[in-house]
Amino acid sequence: MILGRITGNVVSTIHHPIVTGRKLLLAERLDERCKPTGGYLIALDGIGAGRGETVLILDEGSGARQILDDTGAPVRSIVVAIVDAVDLGSD
Amino acid sequence: MLLGRVIGTVVPAILVDELSATPLLWVQPLDKQGEPDGEPLVCADGTRMAGPGQVIYWVASREAALALDPWFVPVDDAIVGLVDDVHHYTKKELD
Repeated sequence: MILGRITGNVVSTIHHPIVTGRKLLLAERLDERCKPTGGYLIALDGIGAGRGETVLILDEGSGARQILDDTGAPVRSIVVAIVDAVDLGSD
Repeated sequence: MLLGRVIGTVVPAILVDELSATPLLWVQPLDKQGEPDGEPLVCADGTRMAGPGQVIYWVASREAALALDPWFVPVDDAIVGLVDDVHHYTKKELD
């Protein structure tokens, strides 16, 4: 799983049926100090995450299909947790 | 899944049977601001509705095959949906 922050959303009307009724979130990737790495992902929302939230994104297909309960879902990235804090311990 | 823009079509002369009805499109991957990022690639179009100029989102590897019908096909990358709009929250909205 990777750390991300929801910085936008994607509007799509023509898509695979698995996306129907689900939010497509634009998430920037974060490093362990919650700083943007420059990368991003478009992830399906699995838990009701929204604007500005730091989240955990599962970026692996079979796990995503398990969450969606659909063995034919062409989805790899799905938001699976909202992060309250990341504690690196003392330096 | 990542953003991309369709920049052209690919017309194969000979193709495996399972892909014969699937459009193949040149796609330029985009960064989150919509700027080109990386090398163009060929995507199978799972929506069958994308065309040059269209912004799309695409998926790679095994998930690419699952976007297609039939799904047990030899593809690397496939278009999952067409993008109408990408909304970026403003700094004020994010804080």
